Amino acid sequence: MSQQSVPLAARTSQALLWRRFFSPENRYLAPMFITCILVVGHLSFGILESYWKTGIAIVSSLLTELILGRLFVGKWPNLASAYITGISVGILVRSPAFWPYAICAIVSIMSKYVLRVKGHHIWNPSNFGISVLLFLAPETVASLSIQWGNYLLPMVVIWILGSIIIWRVRRFHITGTYVACFVVFAFLRSYLTGSPWQSEIAPITGPMYQLFIFFMITDPKTTVRSKLWQCVVVAIVALVEMILRLSQVVYAPFYALFLVGPAAMLIQIWMDSRRASPAAPLRAAA
Amino acid sequence: MMRGLPARIALAIVFAALVLSPLFIKQLAARRAEAKTRLNAETALARHGFYLQEVSRAAGVNFVHQAPTLDQRLNHIMPQVASMGAAVSIVDFDRDGWPDIYVTTSKEGAKNALYRNMHDGTFKDVAEEMGIADVNRPGTGVSMGAVWGDYDNDGYEDLLLIKWGKPELFHNDAGHGFTRVTDQAGLPPWINANTALWFDYDGDGLLDFFIGGYYSEDVDLWHLKTTKMMPDSFEYAKNGGRKYLFHNLGNGRFQEVSDKAGINSRRWALAAAAADLRGTGHPDLFIANDYGVSELYFNDGKQFHDAGEETGVGFAPKSGMNASFGDILNQGRYAVYVSNISEDGVLIQGNNLWMPREGTSGNNLQYENLARDFGVELGGWSFGAQFGDLNNDGLLDLYLTNGYVSLDRDRDYWYDFSKIAGGHSTIISDAKNWPAMEGRSLSGYQTKHVWLNDGSGKFIDVAQAVGVTDTYDGRAVALVDLWNRGVLDVVVANQRGPLLIYKNTVTPENKWIEVALEGTASNRSAIGAEVTVFWNGQQQVQEVSGGCGFAAQNQRRLHFGLGTTSQVDAVVIRWPSGKTQTLEKPALDEIHKVKEPS
Repeated sequence: MSQQSVPLAARTSQALLWRRFFSPENRYLAPMFITCILVVGHLSFGILESYWKTGIAIVSSLLTELILGRLFVGKWPNLASAYITGISVGILVRSPAFWPYAICAIVSIMSKYVLRVKGHHIWNPSNFGISVLLFLAPETVASLSIQWGNYLLPMVVIWILGSIIIWRVRRFHITGTYVACFVVFAFLRSYLTGSPWQSEIAPITGPMYQLFIFFMITDPKTTVRSKLWQCVVVAIVALVEMILRLSQVVYAPFYALFLVGPAAMLIQIWMDSRRASPAAPLRAAA
Repeated sequence: MMRGLPARIALAIVFAALVLSPLFIKQLAARRAEAKTRLNAETALARHGFYLQEVSRAAGVNFVHQAPTLDQRLNHIMPQVASMGAAVSIVDFDRDGWPDIYVTTSKEGAKNALYRNMHDGTFKDVAEEMGIADVNRPGTGVSMGAVWGDYDNDGYEDLLLIKWGKPELFHNDAGHGFTRVTDQAGLPPWINANTALWFDYDGDGLLDFFIGGYYSEDVDLWHLKTTKMMPDSFEYAKNGGRKYLFHNLGNGRFQEVSDKAGINSRRWALAAAAADLRGTGHPDLFIANDYGVSELYFNDGKQFHDAGEETGVGFAPKSGMNASFGDILNQGRYAVYVSNISEDGVLIQGNNLWMPREGTSGNNLQYENLARDFGVELGGWSFGAQFGDLNNDGLLDLYLTNGYVSLDRDRDYWYDFSKIAGGHSTIISDAKNWPAMEGRSLSGYQTKHVWLNDGSGKFIDVAQAVGVTDTYDGRAVALVDLWNRGVLDVVVANQRGPLLIYKNTVTPENKWIEVALEGTASNRSAIGAEVTVFWNGQQQVQEVSGGCGFAAQNQRRLHFGLGTTSQVDAVVIRWPSGKTQTLEKPALDEIHKVKEPS
């Protein structure tokens, strides 16, 4: 019995470990995943502009979070989210200059502390920083617009791994809805513009979208609570993106999320406050 | 903990300032740009020491490049596929001591031109009578570039013509005409080439040549077997044309030895240049590739070794379209300039200025990209560039031309281009998946850059100020003292545009010398000879080139500006044979003809 039960126990504890690792409570799952993408992408295909620039983005992001967290919240913050923001900026921003990496990372983190409504920040930090920079400094800044190599395999691996993680953290419905909507709208755009459907599908096969789909649109802090509304909101993001694309806006996905995400958050906050308000007179009476 | 209103307000102010900081930076850049306004000739001369005047028509040159019409399955993206072929190379084909100009066109049946220098400020097209005009016959492909080298050491420069099609070699018959010797030389039936150069890679005194393929050589762009002929990646493509290294066997025949010599690559080569970067006496080979990293091959005299990654030039992939060398800090070391693409808000690759890293040399040579620090990074959709001392102040300046497809001014193709560029290889490698251009421009009507070297590590753009105001789709740039006046004039070949000749006027206080070399033990063209001029405690090195920039070849003789010096201490020549020769205190403001001592 003991001879059989020991391996069984080991297997069970191993399974538990894996389950805990892939659980929604593991705050380091997403940072590890994005680090994986960065390391594999850079070692295989040299995706980074430079180590320095990515380093500047990450360090700026972490330092800003540490300082503002300490000053305005009164405690040392968990840095997982700031790390994701920094690394996203490091990958997504393309500029020959150094300053955009620092400014973008700092502005992204600061947006969480400044642009707040009833205690909630309403923009995904890196989406805010990158959109602002792309809009205000187009002569110096562009976004990642290339593939990672010629091979299908890295893309498939990232999609599978990303999907598993997103599914484990219970946000796959957001990614899935967005991808489905993007594909439908791509065919619609192709029909409307006469462009080959492959060219309309093409963007989603690139690495920029992998980061957008797995990290930006699924950010728990800047998505609405209800699962159904999460799907509705992300479908609207895809719709607005399509409209922007029809107007030939190069960075349509970033701008679409920039516009729709906060609007959805504001509506949720407003509805919450409406729900909470009838109780206020009662409390006062009590 | 700071939770009070003042702290929040302070945070908001800092945040707003940071958000708006790109606008302040843009404002600063705009102020600097205001200094680029056009000046009249006298003011430009006083302020910058030179001005350029476009004189092609007055010089009798009315050449307009024409683009090819490829397979109709490419019609929807024809302007961007048929976007190269305007090339210019300088040669003194008749040995009269005056530089002539050979220029290519790319329309099927159209004729290339050889402009003979008439010594009176004008040129006459003699290509037809010389037998090198009608080289774009249907079925043979069309011209993409030409480089000159005296492969049989008879004293007359021979012509290597590269095409998207059959490459051709023409023997120069003592300046009286040309004989096609392609078949005897053993050239392959078809290469879709965009770059070639002459060099004596093995130091045997006979010029060899390199050809870099762009599209794969099994693609006939007029009769496509498949539309899957586009690059399979925008930054990692390896489905381009192969590379060729033709070793000169000495009897008018050449042997293709690239594989044996260690040059194996299917990247999309657009520009190549060779120079002795390590002081070994052997020319190293730099290749700028479109859709990928640059390649640097160290040459030990027999074998080439890929040193791209270890030197730092071969890691970050861009869209290399130019390779030129220049000793820009007068240190006796070459910087390498590679042009790429920059388009506001879409793609900011930035051009590369590869400077040798301090403390590295020889086989440990490493480069760092200092284009931003030197101010030569952003040049639009950049193509050909050349280093040369345009104002004779003793420092090499940089002329860059640019612009990809200029069609409808109000509609642009960038959105569609960026959409497809981000896609996976299976999508982008097939031309049929590309959205139609429908007459839209892609980085069209761009202003050019003439960067003046201030000697302290900064280049200042003075293009508009000195008279370079054209906005054609520039491709090839060649620098040449067209009228033996001791100044570098600029010849620019434009895609679907006119050949421009910018005549240079330089302040007379600045001195110069030019060195025209003739090899004896070395190849007679002296390609690969290195000349170092010492004056006023400074030195500047230049090497005789067999082709550099993009689809271009500068004049054979070397031009050195000297500033207001009263004498040159010495000119040291290191011949490809290894011999060194010193000219003590050569006279200023003269062309020095030097023959290799036996």
